[in-house]
Amino acid sequence: MKDVNYKELLLKPIFKGNPVTVLVLGICSSLAVTVQMKGALVMALSVTVVTGLSSLVVSMMRNSIPNRIRIIVQLVVVSLMVILVDQFLKAYSYSISKTLSVYVGLIITNCIVMGRIEAFALGNRPIPSLVDGLANGAGYGLILVIVSFVRELLGSGTLFGMRIIPQSFYDAGYMNNGLIILPPMALILLGCIVWVQRSLQKDLQEK
Amino acid sequence: MDYISLFVKSIFIDNMIFAYFLGMCSYLAVSKNVKTATGLGIAVIFVLLITLPINYLLNEFVFKPGALSWAGEKFASLDLSFLSFIVFIAVIAAITQIVEMVVEKFAPELYSSLGIFLPLIAVNCAILGGSLFMQERDFVNLGEATVYSLGSGIGWFLAIVTLAAIREKLSYSNVPAPLRGLGITFITVGLMAISFMTFMGIQL
Repeated sequence: MKDVNYKELLLKPIFKGNPVTVLVLGICSSLAVTVQMKGALVMALSVTVVTGLSSLVVSMMRNSIPNRIRIIVQLVVVSLMVILVDQFLKAYSYSISKTLSVYVGLIITNCIVMGRIEAFALGNRPIPSLVDGLANGAGYGLILVIVSFVRELLGSGTLFGMRIIPQSFYDAGYMNNGLIILPPMALILLGCIVWVQRSLQKDLQEK
Repeated sequence: MDYISLFVKSIFIDNMIFAYFLGMCSYLAVSKNVKTATGLGIAVIFVLLITLPINYLLNEFVFKPGALSWAGEKFASLDLSFLSFIVFIAVIAAITQIVEMVVEKFAPELYSSLGIFLPLIAVNCAILGGSLFMQERDFVNLGEATVYSLGSGIGWFLAIVTLAAIREKLSYSNVPAPLRGLGITFITVGLMAISFMTFMGIQL
């Protein structure tokens, strides 16, 4: 048994190997739910839980899954976790579950979950897999929160639904930027995040 | 709703990529040249067209609240909708597998050009997304669901082929180093999405 460096396991997916900006996984859902911070945060938490738990379960079963049908087995495990999260959200915060609509279900096909299972959980012991899954979920959540912070602040002048930009600004002629609420701006913001990250970390730049 | 307007709507206004960002992962990964992009696009249309009507029937006769009433009085009050995720994804995975085998047997040429993309489609968000949207929108009959699936497949195809064409041209231009590759692709897709938003004003 090899020693596992938990610190690196935990920190790498958040900055250097961020699943969204470096590995290009899980973009689908990361953009549509970022209009408001509340939705984004719930989505980030759901993905973290699903990634962590599915990695844990698959890692525990990894020696008994036949290689040929492993994709189906993984999909079943992941969709089970997603059903749990979905039912939980419906029970405890129905309005948020309505705003997230199909995107909760789409966590099943979120590439981060499958990607981490394939790349990590199938070859490692349960506890490191759990940590890896949680850390990747957190890395995904970080991007989600950054994008939604900018979008909610500039788009509706609020954060978590609370007014941040004072009324006097509006009286002086300040206006919310309607464009930034529209879906395309999420993509452009994400492009800018990638730009900033890659100018800080030169080794990530593509030729 | 009129079939033609639903068809046009699902291609342009509710475009899978530009309005909902579904299937982004493979969209960004496989759009480096037009030829492979076309292959993946066709495969997506194909699988979407088969899985969505099947899932529609399943939803209509098994999962919807009260959908099981055809099986007898006892089942009329059941609501199995929480099971739909797991069954939808199983149907999709199974259908992709079958489609793969059928295509390999009867059209080996198409099979070799699609290559690894067919199995990858099982985890493409656009396919599952199509089924989930179908569930949310309550289409009235099978015809509408089929038209919707064809339309959104074509919309996805259109999006990936245009992006691939732009990226082929883009490789000749001088992009700032940190923005090269992924960054500029995001921004390009964003700009394309803005241009697609012009369709939003059209009432159908």
